[in-house]
Amino acid sequence: MAGLRAFLAVASLSLFAAVSPGEAQTPAAENIQIGLSTDHVSITAGFSGADLTIFGSLENADPLVARQGRYDIIVVLEGPARPVVVRRKDRVLGIWINLESETFENVPVSYSVATTRPLQDVTDPNSYKQLSLGAANLYMQPADDDDSPATIEEFTAALRERKTATGLYSENVGGVQFLSQNLFRATVRLAPNVPVGTHKARAFLFKSGLFIKESSAQLEIRKSGFEQSIFRVAHDYSFLYGIFAVSLAMLTGWLGRLVFRKD
Amino acid sequence: MGIYLPIAEISVNVFVLLAMGAAVGFLSGMFGVGGGFLITPLLIFYNIPPAIAVATGANQVIASSFSGALSHVKRGTLDFKLGGVLLAGGIVGSTGGIFVFGFLRRLGQLDLFISLLYVVLLGTVGGLMLVESVNALRATRSGAAPVLKKSGQHNWIHRLPLKMRFRASKLFVSVIPVLGLGAGIGFLSSIMGVGGGFIMVPALIYLLKVPTNVVIGTSLFQIIFTSAYTTLVHATTNQTVDVMLAFLLMAGGVAGAQYGAKAGQRLRGEQLRALLALLVLAVAIRLAIDLFVTPPNLYSLSGVGLT
Repeated sequence: MAGLRAFLAVASLSLFAAVSPGEAQTPAAENIQIGLSTDHVSITAGFSGADLTIFGSLENADPLVARQGRYDIIVVLEGPARPVVVRRKDRVLGIWINLESETFENVPVSYSVATTRPLQDVTDPNSYKQLSLGAANLYMQPADDDDSPATIEEFTAALRERKTATGLYSENVGGVQFLSQNLFRATVRLAPNVPVGTHKARAFLFKSGLFIKESSAQLEIRKSGFEQSIFRVAHDYSFLYGIFAVSLAMLTGWLGRLVFRKD
Repeated sequence: MGIYLPIAEISVNVFVLLAMGAAVGFLSGMFGVGGGFLITPLLIFYNIPPAIAVATGANQVIASSFSGALSHVKRGTLDFKLGGVLLAGGIVGSTGGIFVFGFLRRLGQLDLFISLLYVVLLGTVGGLMLVESVNALRATRSGAAPVLKKSGQHNWIHRLPLKMRFRASKLFVSVIPVLGLGAGIGFLSSIMGVGGGFIMVPALIYLLKVPTNVVIGTSLFQIIFTSAYTTLVHATTNQTVDVMLAFLLMAGGVAGAQYGAKAGQRLRGEQLRALLALLVLAVAIRLAIDLFVTPPNLYSLSGVGLT
């Protein structure tokens, strides 16, 4: 067994030497770039979730490593961060009541991941932790540090579970595909309830399980058209909006009677 | 067909909402209730955030009660004077309710409080009405003349001062209980997203002894204004009124209300009351079950200072 491994090592070494004799001493470092075709995405009335495609390129890729499929890419689309309260229901006199709660600062509202391979195959848990990469490794800062670690742990887990269940945190294994040796395409999911605001797209390059480089881009998700106008008016001119809502209701009631009257 | 709701910020099915509106509108026209006590729980079951369900429910109630009230104006079964006094109390109660609403939302107990209020109020009102109307039905069947309260029989409410005459209702009663009733209903309107018809109708019948035929029109009249006020205040303070959602519910609702009003005319007073009682009890039981059954998710998320 030991002999075989030695043989393989020698074989690959000689192959490497044969392919790039001049660069053996100073191989150019790999680099990763991502580009978005647009800097904003608009949500319209029919929005029921979508796939967002991000293209990227891998520069100075080692053809051998690429051929062996030892380059891995993880692309993350992270939504704006907001404070979140997690509440737990407990039974009091038979009734389920929100009792315990934990507030977390700056929790990304959404977090979509696309990878070339399952996360556990790309690199080891420690690297993920260092990079704070993947929904399971996001650090959630509790507002109240005095709570016991067990409580914070429990509520953090519940927060991730809820986010995953509502589709806001998602993982698309195989969502990153190499189109050629240097070009890749990542497909991340936008949940139907994706929050508006500035999202950050980040791409992480791994080579044989080692983190090499990161690249990022910004993406603005906004509401467009009719819905956007309604939302803006409701917040900027809330009193007029209220008057409008009431008038619309009365008008509908009156018209409804004209159209459907039965007496 | 999906549609994106601008304020609730989720996609929903248009036809589900139209059907929901139509079904509730039918019942609302039939019983003279705004239908808010059905719409709000239904919206919550349909994953609309409770704060938005309550505010939008109030908005929807305006349309169905306006439509229903018009029918009653035409038939002359609406006491404007009584409605006006109830309304004055309603505005005061509604204002108080908005503050309590905001306070409970910050505490994270809004949903629980809404459910408890629904269960207790609907359960009590529904139970009392059912017992009374079943007794009345039994009396009619056994051949005896329906024993409504004898006109000379007065309770403590009729001994209060500041009496006022309400001609359309053939009533001479103190304004204190009328104002108090209006205030209580205004309070519930802003917290529960209901017009309050399911309390108003029995209270007017049993407490103030208003004739059943005038009760429904008058209750609808008061509900229009209380829920209009509630809608306005929710829109300005919480920005939780979704006009798109409300419009879909209304469109279905007004159509249903007209058919419901027609159906209601064919039923006798005590039959109508028995049916309304059963409906009210059904909603109460449904909500009570939710309080006691282990929820599928013990944990819930909410923004800070948001819905």
